[in-house]
Amino acid sequence: MKKLLTIGALLAGVTMAASAYADEIKPAVLYDLGGKFDKSFNEAAYTGAEQFKEDFGIEYRDFELQNDAQREQALRNFARRGMSPIIAIGFSQANALEKVAQEFPDLQFAIVDMVVDLPNVRSIVFKEHEGSYIVGMLAAMASETGTVGFVGGMDIPLIRKFACGYKQGALAANENVEVFQNMTGTTGAAWNDPVKGGELAKSQFDRGADVVYHAAGATGIGVLQAAADAGKLGIGVDSNQNALHPGSVLTSMLKRVDIAVYRTFEDAKDGLFEPGFEVLGLAEGGVDWALDENNAELISDEMKATVEQVTNQIVSGEIVVHDYMADQTCPF
Amino acid sequence: MNAGQLPRWVDFGLIPLLNLTAAFLVSGLVVLIIGENPIEVVQVLLWGALGFGEGVGFTLFYATNFIFTGLAVAVAFHAGLFNIGGEGQAYIGGLGVAFACLALDQVVPWWVTMPFAIVGAALAGAAWAFIPAWLQATRGSHIVITTIMFNFIAASLMVYLLVNVIGEAGSMQPETRTFEDGGRLPFLNDFIPFADFGTAPVNLSLVLGLIACFGVWLLIWRTRLGYEIRSFGANPTAAVYAGISPVRTIVVTMLISGGLAGMMAMNEIMGSQHRLLIEFVTGYGFVGIAVALMGRAHPIGIVLAAVLFGMLYQGGAELSFEIPTITRDMIVVIQGLVILFAGALEHMFRPALVQFFTMRRLNAAQTG
Repeated sequence: MKKLLTIGALLAGVTMAASAYADEIKPAVLYDLGGKFDKSFNEAAYTGAEQFKEDFGIEYRDFELQNDAQREQALRNFARRGMSPIIAIGFSQANALEKVAQEFPDLQFAIVDMVVDLPNVRSIVFKEHEGSYIVGMLAAMASETGTVGFVGGMDIPLIRKFACGYKQGALAANENVEVFQNMTGTTGAAWNDPVKGGELAKSQFDRGADVVYHAAGATGIGVLQAAADAGKLGIGVDSNQNALHPGSVLTSMLKRVDIAVYRTFEDAKDGLFEPGFEVLGLAEGGVDWALDENNAELISDEMKATVEQVTNQIVSGEIVVHDYMADQTCPF
Repeated sequence: MNAGQLPRWVDFGLIPLLNLTAAFLVSGLVVLIIGENPIEVVQVLLWGALGFGEGVGFTLFYATNFIFTGLAVAVAFHAGLFNIGGEGQAYIGGLGVAFACLALDQVVPWWVTMPFAIVGAALAGAAWAFIPAWLQATRGSHIVITTIMFNFIAASLMVYLLVNVIGEAGSMQPETRTFEDGGRLPFLNDFIPFADFGTAPVNLSLVLGLIACFGVWLLIWRTRLGYEIRSFGANPTAAVYAGISPVRTIVVTMLISGGLAGMMAMNEIMGSQHRLLIEFVTGYGFVGIAVALMGRAHPIGIVLAAVLFGMLYQGGAELSFEIPTITRDMIVVIQGLVILFAGALEHMFRPALVQFFTMRRLNAAQTG
């Protein structure tokens, strides 16, 4: 028992010693249940935090959750150590963040993919439908069969938002296009089932699709693999996945969680942290499509010119991409 | 290896202790391999689980979940049934709790809502166990297969309901609205004046769990139904010969088992989260199997095993927080080793111990 007390005292000592550096920020990241290395959403946050560490030499702390009860606990653990800003990744963190942010009004918090309306919280959301619209157009233009596919992860409104934007984009490029949609599952396991992802992609190829877009986390690795094996095209999501199968990944819909994390840390460092909304769409560079040496040959000049024009039109508001989550329906 | 070959304190004390020690030794090796100090790791783990009020609170909170799911598995064990569906039954149990809370929370205080929530949880969990039980009893469809499949059906059903029917409109998160005070169980902090569990969500469900333990003990060892359950589990053929209806026994046992699993939702939904959310069971149902195995399907053993797993969960969380190189996957490895040694390799040390104690008894007899 005495030893335990000693550890407790030691830990307390460490924390106090750390808080002596008052002007240096102590950022923290709380990943969602998917885990730090999911090759997609959470990993993008990790990339952003690592980049920040590399650029400014400021250490950060992070934590991977095991269950829902740990959300509040982990946030409080960060907050008690005076870590700030604390970024919670994923919409599921909203309730926990709301509580803890109220308990620690002097600390700065941020949440990705959800809105928490408090004076010390920055809410960062993305217009995934806009990015999906662009890759939908690319898919329809690249397709020779006039049939494209979509494989989602878990069947939730957020993923339907990806699907709806994608379909709208595909139809804009080719009004006769047929779009197949499959969701991998209804549980969290659907984010991490590459075998089933591959099977769904294969079934779409068998029905005539030749470009398949995934929004399925680690399940999508199987989708892209199946596309490469079948000599068809896949489209990556969240992170740039073009390099996974060079020549077989048409493009990737980038959701720049890394930029969101990096900017939040940087703003806090410079004393520019501001609470409130931050909506990152095409205009803000929050969503984008990936063009690099791995897919340069797949994107013709005409395709490139078209989507660049459309990007401008979306930015200027000339084209409005329907947001599934605004009314929970997809009119296409 | 019959019972009675070993003194009781060896059977129920020494062997579990040896198994645990072996599990921790192997875990220590793993920790060494990744370059951390095992002693320090154990200290942080114990400190995280028991070293301060909030840690104890979280340990007890997790233990409450494991008590319910462990009891559920244990009751079925006694009838020779292997109920792997605790996960799904608890998940659907959440539906029963949520319906009671959503209907009543704005109208009446929590102590009026509570009995309805308990009945709702138990009924929903039991209902989810009923079809596998009935199929097993009348059609011989193996309960292991059907209960596992029902876990998936439960997950799909809950997603459907939370996304399309009872979920809060316009919310990205598939979950119901947050319950008002009338739908919240009091935290232990609130009604035990000297308790200091910090912000840990340990709540009245713990008391409920202990009452359930006593109830299960009464049921299994002190009632006619319990006798039938145990007889059927020991030898179904003989039980039928003795006039015990197999269909009735299987169905009733599974209903009780499912009901207990469903009541786990009291702790998570009404006690802690105060809303019905997706995937709230996160494996507690499966860990219940290990808890029941370790606790020898006896309520007292289950409470002890549940507290142990509660410590592993809470201590593990603190551990991966304090020592970032110990990732959450490492915690799962340590938990897995405990399950492996305490459950699967339970007989590893037994033959040697039996030999040792038999020798000693013989020696004692000779000299005496």
